[in-house]
Amino acid sequence: MEEIVLNSGDTAWVLGSTALVFLMTPGLAFFYGGMVRTKSVLNMMMMSFVTIGIVSVVWVIYGFELAFGYKADSPWYGNISFSGLGGVVNDFTNNGGFYPIPVLVFAAFQLMFAIITPALISGAIADRTKFTAWAVFVAIWSTIVYFPVAHWVFAFGNKVGDTVTGAGFLASKGLEDFAGGTAVHINAGAAGLALAIVLGKRVGWRKEAMRPHSLPLVLLGSGLLWFGWFGFNAGSALAANGVAGLAFMNTQVATAGAVCGWLLVEKIRNGHPTTLGAASGAVAGLVAITPGCAFVAPWAAVVIGLFAGVFCALAVGLKYRFGLDDSLDVVGVHLVGGIWGSLAVGFFGTQVVNSVGVDGLFYGGGLDLLGKQALGVGVVALYSFVVTLILGFIIEKTIGFRVKAEDEVDGIDLSEHAESAYELSSSSRGGSF
Amino acid sequence: MKLITAILKPFKLEDVKNALQAAGVTGMTVSEASGFGRQMGHTEIYRGAEYTVDLVPKVRLELLVDDEQAESFVDVIVKAASTGSIGDGKVWTTSVDQVIRVRTGERGSEAI
Repeated sequence: MEEIVLNSGDTAWVLGSTALVFLMTPGLAFFYGGMVRTKSVLNMMMMSFVTIGIVSVVWVIYGFELAFGYKADSPWYGNISFSGLGGVVNDFTNNGGFYPIPVLVFAAFQLMFAIITPALISGAIADRTKFTAWAVFVAIWSTIVYFPVAHWVFAFGNKVGDTVTGAGFLASKGLEDFAGGTAVHINAGAAGLALAIVLGKRVGWRKEAMRPHSLPLVLLGSGLLWFGWFGFNAGSALAANGVAGLAFMNTQVATAGAVCGWLLVEKIRNGHPTTLGAASGAVAGLVAITPGCAFVAPWAAVVIGLFAGVFCALAVGLKYRFGLDDSLDVVGVHLVGGIWGSLAVGFFGTQVVNSVGVDGLFYGGGLDLLGKQALGVGVVALYSFVVTLILGFIIEKTIGFRVKAEDEVDGIDLSEHAESAYELSSSSRGGSF
Repeated sequence: MKLITAILKPFKLEDVKNALQAAGVTGMTVSEASGFGRQMGHTEIYRGAEYTVDLVPKVRLELLVDDEQAESFVDVIVKAASTGSIGDGKVWTTSVDQVIRVRTGERGSEAI
């Protein structure tokens, strides 16, 4: 076997990307936190922060092995092991071939994806979720949904010579999902749909206006998400090379296109391009370019982004038709944007920009790639939805998933955390030490 | 003319408002308030320090009505606001000398 030599440039880029992707979850906390009412800001942000805590711990104990361990040689899950990552300190990364970066760097990078995926779900059940139930949900959902699905999509197996062991079943079927359109966004979107069904509507939904309490916070959050997403997409090259550069550029222009697309829809339909629309459009574009960022040309990224903005802007209104209180549009942005972005690779994918890619429909590759993409979309969406629905009902029937209606109306920040985000008057809590 | 003032649990405001609208009320004013009644406050612990919470968040609802309507509106409020537990609040009425509608200058019952 040839000697592997650590590449300091690649390692530095992936370490930097890891920190960038980490920042997305606090960014998400601001994005979601700004969108809820003053009385539930802290709870909304805490749902993201506790997810950082829980998933990081679980990841070290068994999560990374369950997603990316290859000893079991299974297409469905990695390796069931409670090694605490102690055994891999000196190893290099092997994911369908060797990468000259330490496997612990790869494990830290992938951890950040494992954190943000469940955190994304929290937007569907804002203002009403019992905090302990959410914590229990995050631990179990990560274990039975995210880690296996990450294995299906992201694990390309341990490749030694020409022998590959333990590759995930969607990865080996040829699904092109560079940074997580299926494993992260469709997964979180379908889970959000399931939980919105389990928890039901907020008290007063559609009767009172539930407008975002701080749009500057929403914009701050979407800016941090956009910034961090360069690590999410370009870092997924696991190298500081041309593919990373392509993913970086595509991330920028697709997102820009989606901002324009969303605002156009609002301007034409309602007459007012909104701040919330610009922020949501950015996230829709980021979601949609995630699967294809390293497989499409920058002009195609603009088209993907533009349509993502249009589709998602139209999709977020549907929840009222279905009577579904997906409070912060996790389904309309992440599920719809993820499905569009994943399928779009089947149209716009081309070997011209990336030699390991596959030509899609528009490049004479026929329907083959589109079929693989559709399979990935369907399998992940269905698995995530069904398992989350069952898990959600079990939690609802045992420890209860919602706070009391009285606590919800008075404000979940006070009832769950004994705090309020804005102490504007000395008598607001009436307390004295 | 009477001024009905009600101190209520914030959680019951929606129910009271709907009940009053169904009973034909023509206007109301709602403000956030805090205070205590016979139950007094309670103690809580935050970051290791115990402190007393003696002013509990409430909403204050005010409506101007004709004398003959006052009793029935009070009943509507009490019925809709009651949960049976402590802290449900209070409702009282006061006599009002004069009411003027700013836009038209109408006075008395006309202005209600």
